[in-house]
Amino acid sequence: MSFSFTDEQTEFRHVLRRFMTDKSPTSEVRRLMETEEGFDEKVWRQLSQNLGLAGIHIPEDYGGQGFGFVELSIAVEEMGRALLCAPFFSSIVLAATAILNTADEAQKRALLPAIATGDVRATLAFTEDNGRWDNGGVAMEATAVGGSYQLNGVKSFVLDGHTAEQIVVLARRPGSSGDGGLSLFHVLGDADGLTRRRLKSMDDTRKLARLEFENVTAELLGAEGGAAVPMATTLDQAVTCLANEMVGGAEALREQALDYAQMRMQFGRTIASFQTMKHKSADMLIDVELAKSAAYYAASAADGHDGDGGENVSDLPAVASLAKASAGEAYMQTAIHAIQIHGGIGFTWDNDTQLWFKRAKSSEVFLGDAAYHRELMLQRWQD
Amino acid sequence: MTENIELTEANVRADVQAWLAANWDADLGLVEWRNILADSGWGMPAWPTEWFGKGYPSGFVSVVEEEFQRVGAIGVARAGIRMLAAATILEHGTQMHKEKFLRRILTGEDTWCQLFSEPGSGSDLAGATTRADLKDGTWIINGQKVWTTSAHHAQWALLLARTDWDVPKHKGLSYFILDMTQDAVEVQPLRQMNGHASFNQVFMTDAEIAPEFQVEGLGDGWKIATTTLMHERRGADGLRSWAMGTDRPERAYREEREELAHSMAPYKWYPQRMGRVDLVIERAKAMGKYDDPVVRQEIAKLLTLAKSAEWTARRARAAQVLGRNQGPEGSIGKLAASHVARLGNQVHTLISGAGAMLTGDDSALDGVIAEILVSTPAISIAGGTDEIQRNIISERVLGMPKEPRNDTDRPFRDVPRNTIG
Ligand SMILES: Cc1cc2nc3c(=O)[nH]c(=O)nc-3n(C[C@H](O)[C@H](O)[C@H](O)COP(=O)(O)OP(=O)(O)OC[C@H]3O[C@@H](n4cnc5c(N)ncnc54)[C@H](O)[C@@H]3O)c2cc1C
Repeated sequence: MSFSFTDEQTEFRHVLRRFMTDKSPTSEVRRLMETEEGFDEKVWRQLSQNLGLAGIHIPEDYGGQGFGFVELSIAVEEMGRALLCAPFFSSIVLAATAILNTADEAQKRALLPAIATGDVRATLAFTEDNGRWDNGGVAMEATAVGGSYQLNGVKSFVLDGHTAEQIVVLARRPGSSGDGGLSLFHVLGDADGLTRRRLKSMDDTRKLARLEFENVTAELLGAEGGAAVPMATTLDQAVTCLANEMVGGAEALREQALDYAQMRMQFGRTIASFQTMKHKSADMLIDVELAKSAAYYAASAADGHDGDGGENVSDLPAVASLAKASAGEAYMQTAIHAIQIHGGIGFTWDNDTQLWFKRAKSSEVFLGDAAYHRELMLQRWQD
Repeated sequence: MTENIELTEANVRADVQAWLAANWDADLGLVEWRNILADSGWGMPAWPTEWFGKGYPSGFVSVVEEEFQRVGAIGVARAGIRMLAAATILEHGTQMHKEKFLRRILTGEDTWCQLFSEPGSGSDLAGATTRADLKDGTWIINGQKVWTTSAHHAQWALLLARTDWDVPKHKGLSYFILDMTQDAVEVQPLRQMNGHASFNQVFMTDAEIAPEFQVEGLGDGWKIATTTLMHERRGADGLRSWAMGTDRPERAYREEREELAHSMAPYKWYPQRMGRVDLVIERAKAMGKYDDPVVRQEIAKLLTLAKSAEWTARRARAAQVLGRNQGPEGSIGKLAASHVARLGNQVHTLISGAGAMLTGDDSALDGVIAEILVSTPAISIAGGTDEIQRNIISERVLGMPKEPRNDTDRPFRDVPRNTIG
């Protein structure tokens, strides 16, 4: 991306922003938050088919658009900005990416085209009740039975897990531990032995579910026991997308708080004229812009480039974590400041600031908090 | 009890122990017991002896409270802003106000609210535009207040209203006690970001106040409001404990439980907005993170901050006991509480991990943890924002120059202001 976006990418962003402004005003966000499934079928179709977003980073061979993580990141940044309620992160960012990284050729051809058109909504189930985001936290067992596998155990914090039509599940060979013996499996959402329950989420723009598996028949994706590395890559890519989504939300909050400060009067002047408000606003700009730079750089690294478009495939793991840690703190701090700048009205249900505040809170821990990612980043750091 | 015994902590402790041994009876009705308490002076030891107190320095209050807790004796009603109303009435009210209101504040029979903030005037309280006009010997009130905690079940309100529009803003305000039960007062609950509704909007359309319910004179409103606000800031240092109720079977406990369950329900989140430092170690252990060095560092930082804030508040109280002037330690409690609450939120998030995304009975401690995460922002706004506290500290404590102002030198009607809320 050469530290700047191409004209095409900028135009793409404008199109998306218009779409989101139109389809995801906060009145819609609030309506969908209250629903069990948490998205609008019609908007999902428009987004997947008219805009082709569902297939954006899926290669053309598998029915997608064949763009990269930079374009995918632009899309999620705009979605994060508008708090779009849609199964995009679960189906496209998580499930499609996991399939791309793990499945064999025939499986990709069988599974991806329907995901790329939005006709099938999928998700990735890897976290369990212990809430760990790393491979080592997986306890669910996959037992070979005849030609297929049976899954037993529990997955939790599964994004859109209660509505996904297909589920990619991370499980392990009985007796294995850590990175060893892990495989990804494909399961249908209505499979026998699968019990799904939506969890009450603090941030209702992000629906989560707990899934119990009892002898659920599953199809192995790719090689048995070989999921640890592709799974880690999937998470690096997803974390990169999440960081981009988060900076979109943070920037929206920052702008709204500034607008409010410019028009709210106290003591016969706008509150924006108080130096403390100016400094706060300037600090918010610094937080958000630094986090944006990290998120954009990580997106470029996910496409195998450095910031200037040169080849650099090696530093994604470290910079993905760097970007997530940065975005996590920037988004939350921006949300805290934004409420403070609004004063009493910022603490009300009807004021929209709280929607982003809660999204910032859930994003802060989703796929690992800043402390976790700072540690990962240093483990992976290369001078 | 002889009156000229030296006032020491040990003597006070012995006195209150003896009195409780002779009088505390959990089988009394709650109001009956609180009436006894009010008459004894032990309910509000720092109040004057002629008004339900003992005239003790406020530093002894915690000694008395400790002894109450030791035997499980219930105290006077303290919740909501009733204590701000009481302090204001004690300082500025007439004999009639004190007789009519103080006892029922302590027994919990009357609830109060504070009609100060308006859509257009929050930090700038002196910019209030609710009007009070004297017509045929009665004050007629028109206007709108907002963020009014407890208004939905209050009998009485402390009201700040404008009586003169042609003088500078601070000079045209007067202070009233408003009967909230009249039809001309309409209360609409406002839902907060944590889902509770402890505050309200209040619309007054030709509400009436008899002249004897004005507090002090015309134009004294700002001065009296300052008393109320000073008590509010002082109460914000986090030293005050919240009645949590017990499940003991006796009548007084039962009635206290009912009080907590019904009238107090909208305020269930109040302890959570302080950041619940008390739960941090227990939660870290339950989540298996108490040995994690990163988590330990954050917990230690939080405890350091919370303890230092508590000791600062105690220094301020101790100075009061000794009758010394409070130093700067007296002004920083509210700001320190904001810092503690924010850090408490962060540490609970760190400990909860993925669980921080959940709420209600899917989240830890039946939703208490989730409630912390979405309630702490209130602390740095309610009762005067952090920014306003910093202005007060820098200008009044540190003696830094005041901001030049263009809203105090002219008649209020000429001051620029928002037309919308
Ligand atoms: C939970 C809760 C309970 C409350 N209960 C009551 C109640 O019972 N009764 C009541 O009357 N009110 C109550 N309030 C209202 C509260 O006192 C006000 O919200 C607060 O004083 C801020 O006013 P505002 O909301 O109008 O914000 P504003 O005054 O508009 O402030 C907006 C922003 O501007 C900043 N700002 C304003 N002036 C300055 C300045 N001079 N210098 C620098 N920065 C400035 C503020 O710090 C804030 O960040 C409650 C509020 C909350 C959140």
